[in-house]
Amino acid sequence: MTTTLTPPPVDVSRELYGARLPSWGPQAVLAAGVAGAAVSYAAGANLLQAALIAWVICMGLPLWSVAVEGRRKATDRLVTTLVSSAFVLAMFPLFSILWTVISKGSKVLSTDFFTYSMRNIVGEGGGIYHALVGTLLITGAAAVISIPIGIFAAIYLVEYAEGNRLSRWIRFLVDVMTGIPSIVAGLFAYALFVLFFGEGVRMGVGGSVALSVLMIPILVRSTEEMLKLVPNELREASYALGVPKWRTVAKVVLPTSLAGIVTGITLSIARVIGETAPLLIIVGTTDSVNFNLFDGRMASLPVFAFASQRNPGIPPEFSIDRAWGAALVLLVIVMLLNLIARLVSYFFSPKGER
Amino acid sequence: MAKSIDVSDLNIFYGDFLAVEDVTIPIAAKSVTAFIGPSGCGKSTFLRSLNRMHEVIRGARVEGKVLIDGQDLYGADMDPVNVRRMIGMVFQRPNPFPTMSIYDNVLAGQKLNSKRMKKTEADDIVERSLRSAGLWAEVKERLDRPGSGLSGGQQQRLCIARAISVEPEILLMDEPCSALDPISTSVIEDLIHELKSQYTIVIVTHNMQQAARVSDETAFFNLSGVGKPGRLIEHGRTEAIFSNPTDPATEAYIQGRFG
Ligand SMILES: Nc1ncnc2c1ncn2[C@@H]1O[C@H](COP(=O)(O)OP(=O)(O)OP(=O)(O)O)[C@@H](O)[C@H]1O
Ligand SMILES: [Mg+2]
Repeated sequence: MTTTLTPPPVDVSRELYGARLPSWGPQAVLAAGVAGAAVSYAAGANLLQAALIAWVICMGLPLWSVAVEGRRKATDRLVTTLVSSAFVLAMFPLFSILWTVISKGSKVLSTDFFTYSMRNIVGEGGGIYHALVGTLLITGAAAVISIPIGIFAAIYLVEYAEGNRLSRWIRFLVDVMTGIPSIVAGLFAYALFVLFFGEGVRMGVGGSVALSVLMIPILVRSTEEMLKLVPNELREASYALGVPKWRTVAKVVLPTSLAGIVTGITLSIARVIGETAPLLIIVGTTDSVNFNLFDGRMASLPVFAFASQRNPGIPPEFSIDRAWGAALVLLVIVMLLNLIARLVSYFFSPKGER
Repeated sequence: MAKSIDVSDLNIFYGDFLAVEDVTIPIAAKSVTAFIGPSGCGKSTFLRSLNRMHEVIRGARVEGKVLIDGQDLYGADMDPVNVRRMIGMVFQRPNPFPTMSIYDNVLAGQKLNSKRMKKTEADDIVERSLRSAGLWAEVKERLDRPGSGLSGGQQQRLCIARAISVEPEILLMDEPCSALDPISTSVIEDLIHELKSQYTIVIVTHNMQQAARVSDETAFFNLSGVGKPGRLIEHGRTEAIFSNPTDPATEAYIQGRFG
């Protein structure tokens, strides 16, 4: 008896291919959504309603797909559409902020805006020179205070105290400190300085201390992560050459993680440079330029923006415009810091990795 | 000035886990000793305990005695940093410093310890070390390129060059040729032959022919079972171990009839 081993013929076209939406399908639906939004906007709907209409039209894609392609593809399309919508939703505030700040802030930008303080200025004119100086000095001093403390603490945690009880406590406290509200940091700095200088003290360096309280935990955490990324093999290679531990840390571990550490520093600066509340408490603000961190009030960009908006004077437009201008400058500084962080991690990372 | 090593009753622990039990072995100065044995039997662990690299791992410790030219390696006044300057090591996995160029990697021992050198002297050391490790021809055009940009086998030879550039008195090599082709392997074996006149060399290898070719003495390690500590089964002149081993396990392992 012979058995035939010929398999039943397979309809390749049915097995491997199936009905599919045209490749331009998703784009077409998106275009329809945009068109729908435009039409409804023209017809008098507000922006929110128009966006909602666009979204509803876009959700038509999975429906179309279920009709043509079947369930599996339709589920894929549905999830893709949902994820993309979430993305757009998340980007919306970002672009909205950027747009508002740029459109409202850019009109006051001029050389004068950057080179004049607000001393003896009423109404039009004046600038943010004093606030820019204050922000740079206060944040700079905060960085000078926090960078060594943060990095040394991280080195201690990773290289010297791995796993002991003290390190667990430090790590716990650092985590708690990460969540400290900035106003509490401001009050802490104020209370501290009152001990030395008495009630009502106003000092730039107090603001630096407050910002350090916010910066140090971020720095410790980011540096710690970077140090942990350095493979143990490198430390061992160094020890095996008869290099003492501290030299190994200074010359092998730190250089290897330099890019990440510097990126962390830059981002932590970006994180605190816009803090308002602590500076309001301990530094206050002023209309004149003050280069001395240890003597009296200093202006800073966030507090300047806050104060200009709060007490705009009469007529208010000029002051409010300046507030937007200061906000824009602050935003640009933060973006520059992020850009620097990118460049640093690009240029300082160990090269030649496979 | 090569030094001898005398190990007696050495137990090596990772935390509570006894990894290697009760090793007693003399290692003569200016000799090559090969450690062979199945994977996981504690060859690397034992090797690392000979230059106090073992204690770098948290919770790791040893019990027993290791004498280097009669001096207690684990004595209270022995500085592990000085020990490691005297006893160099090549690791099982290549580990060049990624932030350093090939040139700096070879000189890492000197540079990391901030030793001052004249440029010509430094160039000389680099060339000599790289030649010995059989890497010179491949990298002489790109000494300033990062060391991590080399192939795996080249990195291993770079690490060998790095270890010998500080001229240790004892050289521990953990499977230095496991990632190398036959040609580079024979370069390394030539190097071992050459270094033998000045250094004491201990090499871990899974390659029986290599052990037979390069070593004067061979030590066979084995595990009595899963989770049990590794033990030194026997050691002796390489010819003797390979021609008529006393322990049947050694014979089985050498002839490839293991497990
Ligand atoms: N860092 C460590 N912590 C805990 N146990 C370890 C550690 N390193 C090795 N061991 C254990 O010690 C034993 C011996 O390991 P070792 O690396 O010395 O083996 P080996 O003989 O070198 O093996 P191979 O030939 O595969 O390199 C193994 O059981 C291993 O699991
Ligand atoms: Mg090993």
